[in-house]
Amino acid sequence: MFTILLNSNTQWVLFSTMIFGIAAGTMGCLAYWKRQSLMSDALAHAALPGVVIAFLLLGEKNLFVMIIGASISALIGASFIQWIRSSTRISADTAMGMVLSIFFGLGIMLLTVVNRTSGGNQSGLDSFIFGQAASMVRSDVTTMLILALAVILIVFIAFKEWKIYLFDPEFAKGLGLSLKWMNGLYTTILVTTIVIGIQAVGVILIAALLIIPSVSARYWTQSFQRMIIISALFGGAAGALGTFISALGRGWPTGPFIVIVASALFFLSLFFGKEKGILVKYLQLKMQKRLVNIHTSKALRTKGVE
Amino acid sequence: MTYHAMWIIVTASLVGLSCGLIGVFLILRKMAMMADAISHTVLLGIVIAFIITRELSGTHMLIGAIFAGLLTAFLVQWLHSLDVQQDAAIGIVFTTMFAIGVILIATSVGNAHLDVQHALMGEITFIPWNKMSLPLIGEVPKATALLALVLFVVLFVLVAFYKEWKITSFDPALAASLGIPVLLMHYVFLCLVSITTVASFDAVGAIMVVAMLITPAASAYLWTDRLSIMLVLSGLFGVISAVAGYYIAAWVDTSISGSMAFATGLVFFISFLFSPKHGWIARYLRLHKTVKKTG
Repeated sequence: MFTILLNSNTQWVLFSTMIFGIAAGTMGCLAYWKRQSLMSDALAHAALPGVVIAFLLLGEKNLFVMIIGASISALIGASFIQWIRSSTRISADTAMGMVLSIFFGLGIMLLTVVNRTSGGNQSGLDSFIFGQAASMVRSDVTTMLILALAVILIVFIAFKEWKIYLFDPEFAKGLGLSLKWMNGLYTTILVTTIVIGIQAVGVILIAALLIIPSVSARYWTQSFQRMIIISALFGGAAGALGTFISALGRGWPTGPFIVIVASALFFLSLFFGKEKGILVKYLQLKMQKRLVNIHTSKALRTKGVE
Repeated sequence: MTYHAMWIIVTASLVGLSCGLIGVFLILRKMAMMADAISHTVLLGIVIAFIITRELSGTHMLIGAIFAGLLTAFLVQWLHSLDVQQDAAIGIVFTTMFAIGVILIATSVGNAHLDVQHALMGEITFIPWNKMSLPLIGEVPKATALLALVLFVVLFVLVAFYKEWKITSFDPALAASLGIPVLLMHYVFLCLVSITTVASFDAVGAIMVVAMLITPAASAYLWTDRLSIMLVLSGLFGVISAVAGYYIAAWVDTSISGSMAFATGLVFFISFLFSPKHGWIARYLRLHKTVKKTG
């Protein structure tokens, strides 16, 4: 079983999904506090047509070009959501659901055309739907690593600015921080995080890696900084472990296993987390009850009611 | 039109009609993303029903779907009550349940009857081959018969309690004060969403069903302020998208379900531009006029 780990290609893939998990965990915290958890789901689905069009134009699989295609189509999706929301009475979640499913439908249309014309199974495009880390080659790994590290760096270098931007936009404005620029940067790194993970995790489940680790991290700390670090750790663990488990079986998709590991970590945090975890809450409640009991009986005794 | 094509169009129109009707209440109740979640988790329901009974029959699938839909809603509610943001809760629940479903298919149940690709994208072209005979009508594709049954149930429940649906959707507080069981109706509605989703599954697959559920209703929402007209329009838009999608697919020679989702987008885009009251052009002209008048 551990012979897989000795394979150098697997080592690289494992390393890159781990770094991706760290980037997604970091970025997920920003998305959580911007209350845009499901936005990442919509953007991931909206990226599919771009991936396929990039393949159609180039005639071969090149991750870097596909990432550009995916980013363009995800950004178009994002601006459609914004446009629909601001100029009609349709609510944000309806707009997201529409963009998500229509773009995905368009992606499937194009994918079917590709599969028909060029024996698409060899093109490995199907792996973009559920994720197949095993289909990644060395150059894919490098591209993914560089971009993931860039995202992590951007978040950590401008950490203070992000904090102000998320929690007190008015104050940020007062400090002379351009909200427009911050919004633009935020969308750019969110889209980057999503599209670099598409090949490993797949468009359908990628949102999980942005949502689940950050929610899990909230059960361990109240500080935003520590939340990001814990979330990054959870994301990295989910990426690496999930990829490892999926490598055990022949043709097992990577994405679902990564998600399962992430949500196992979530349920552990939910039950045993030290901030508002279910167990801690239960114990606190019990202790409070006992204290109340002691106090009331004391009070009664002093009044001589006994 | 061949016999084969006719059945495909009939099936697709049934999908469009039932999804269009349900969709109106989905967007009025602001549950669009919940529908997205349910369309994914229904897969787990079907897989579990298959593991238990070892067959893929209509009733088992319906029961599995209802179970999965209610479980999704219950878990989201539970997490939300534990202080997790609503949409993060939806994101956690549906991705996890969907991942379990995919893993079960990929590892143990994976065989000719169930495969993920099919569940996600639907295979409407194969529907006319799998037939059953019904009294009076004769040979009917199984999936079509199931869809007709679901449409009947949806129509019946919506029409029978029309006033209640209207009040609970627009003003739940008023409904509760009038003694209408709001929570029960919420869960009944979730059941309707689940069975519509699962019946449309064979035809258009899990993700395109979201397009059929939300987009025609959202388009109708731009044309009218009356619930009854919105329902009619939404059903009509659903059917138009389904038929148009079929012809687009035949023209480009590509996935029928993908084209249907794309066609709903076209219908929405037209509504978005040309609707007299909420349309983009009308808005632009109105703005222009005010600017002229004032300045």
